[in-house]
Amino acid sequence: MLRIFLAFVKKETFHILRDTRTLVILFGMPIALVLIFGYTVTNEFKDASISIIDQSKDNLSHEFVEHLTASGHFQLTNLPNNINSLDGEFKGGNVKMGIVIPPNFEKDFFKKTPVTIQLITDASEPNYATTLTSYASQMIFSFQKKYSKSAIPPYQIETEIRMMYNPKLIGAYNFIPGVAALILMLISAMMTSLTIAKEKETGTMDLLLVSPLPPMLIILGKIMPYVVLSFIDAVLVFAMGYYIFEVPIHGSLALLLSLSLLYLTVALALGVLISTKAATQQAAMMVSLFTLMLPTMLLSGFMFPIASMPWVLQYISKIVPANYFVQIQQAVMLKGAGWESISHPILILIIMVFVLFAAAWKNFKVIYK
Amino acid sequence: MENNAITAIGLTKKFGDFTAVNAITFEVKKGEIFGFLGANGAGKTTAIKMLIGLSRPTNGQATVAGFDVFKQTNRIKENIGYMSQKFSLYEDLTVKQNINFYGGIYGLSRKKIIEKTASIIENLNLRSYANKVVGDLPLGWKQRLSFAVASVHDPKIIFLDEPTGGVDPATRRQFWEMIYEASNNGITIFVTTHYMDEAEYCHRVSIMVDGKIEALGTPRELKERFKVNSMDDVFIQLARG
Repeated sequence: MLRIFLAFVKKETFHILRDTRTLVILFGMPIALVLIFGYTVTNEFKDASISIIDQSKDNLSHEFVEHLTASGHFQLTNLPNNINSLDGEFKGGNVKMGIVIPPNFEKDFFKKTPVTIQLITDASEPNYATTLTSYASQMIFSFQKKYSKSAIPPYQIETEIRMMYNPKLIGAYNFIPGVAALILMLISAMMTSLTIAKEKETGTMDLLLVSPLPPMLIILGKIMPYVVLSFIDAVLVFAMGYYIFEVPIHGSLALLLSLSLLYLTVALALGVLISTKAATQQAAMMVSLFTLMLPTMLLSGFMFPIASMPWVLQYISKIVPANYFVQIQQAVMLKGAGWESISHPILILIIMVFVLFAAAWKNFKVIYK
Repeated sequence: MENNAITAIGLTKKFGDFTAVNAITFEVKKGEIFGFLGANGAGKTTAIKMLIGLSRPTNGQATVAGFDVFKQTNRIKENIGYMSQKFSLYEDLTVKQNINFYGGIYGLSRKKIIEKTASIIENLNLRSYANKVVGDLPLGWKQRLSFAVASVHDPKIIFLDEPTGGVDPATRRQFWEMIYEASNNGITIFVTTHYMDEAEYCHRVSIMVDGKIEALGTPRELKERFKVNSMDDVFIQLARG
């Protein structure tokens, strides 16, 4: 009996070893997940981009800036002159926090008049914003303590925190863009890759190809219904966010919807590309899950701030389309940005469309010519 | 040339170092039922793919329905029907929807599609199945429907790649009756099969071995040349080398 059982186990082991896909999932999955969760699900961060608006420009304020940036956690990207310029920087997504040093900082500080430092953050990513302000508050406290050792009464610095775009730190402001990015990617890419793989698997693809239809038309015809369906999904997610969770749409709705369409096109192109490689529906499914769903969830910045990730993951996140779509949504919905401030992510998505369709077309030619 | 549906001269397909089809030369006359035989892996499917415009030949020349396989694949596609060894209708669509769809992609007019749908359903006795999904049909019926759909646009030549795999002899017989009817109507049939009784039904057959055509003629000629009684024996002698 045992021998029979072992023969069976042996056969099953051979199956697994033969199938590299299963092996990749078996060992790649835990490694990837542990690393991603281990490194990103922490409140640590480094190199967060900040702007400092120094309104006193005296020795003490320079020392204070030095103190903040010396830790390595903050990276000073800009020294604008007034608070108003912060809005533009937040919309472009280059800066996450602005620190405002009031005028007469040094004079007031040594007079022991309470001085107030303003911390203004982009709270469209609420968790990240909270992490940044709490760290900045600590740094301010330690700066104050450095001088206070010998001084009685102590020097006083107060902090005032402003959460821009999302003052109540509502989670939905963060998850609606994330969910939209995830859903659209899954529906568009996975469904198209499945439906084309299905035609290949059942042999109906051959029949389409021997018909006089140009191959381009076959592909376009296949993805067209999914464009419409996914677009309806996008509208559905935004409407639910707006009416149920009160996520505002400050920017132009037309811009938001047309950029959703752009993102959809990227997803569809990915789906077509996957389907040119995958021979069966099962393979298409596996590849979609592994290369689309996980990165979209983990590396788009909606669950974990990208800035807190190790550099390898940060680089990988640059090729995750959802990453740019989440940025776009946050900018348009929460910050009321127009297309000028998000031209960078838009451009990248457009480039992705062309590169992906070109790659898909090349694969298609290789197979059918 | 004028009377040939298919002419191939030195047609060759190479994949890297491997020569799948090695300079095959043959012609198929209009209205003929041409059996294209060969062992598994002999290169039959690759040869068919070149003829129907799915694969570009490496060398040689060929015309199908009077059109060149290098330059006029689109004209060829308009004039041929194809039924692959995989059953190739949409199982989750109804009989009518399948016929409508294939009529549509061949650009038939609305009126023509309605006519064709009615005549196919009538000829195949599918009235009670017309609005049922194809997946529910017995295999033999599916295959006859496939054949009807492959000829929905009245092609000049129909390519059948192992059309009768996995069905019982009685159903195969019915299928061949459809082939004969098409042939009587002037349609050329190019068919591959592993069943040697079917080879006997063909007007002429060619037998491919390792990418080359080793024998070509009427079933009777081949049996005489190899001094055997059945196509089975002809095939086995050739395939064994």
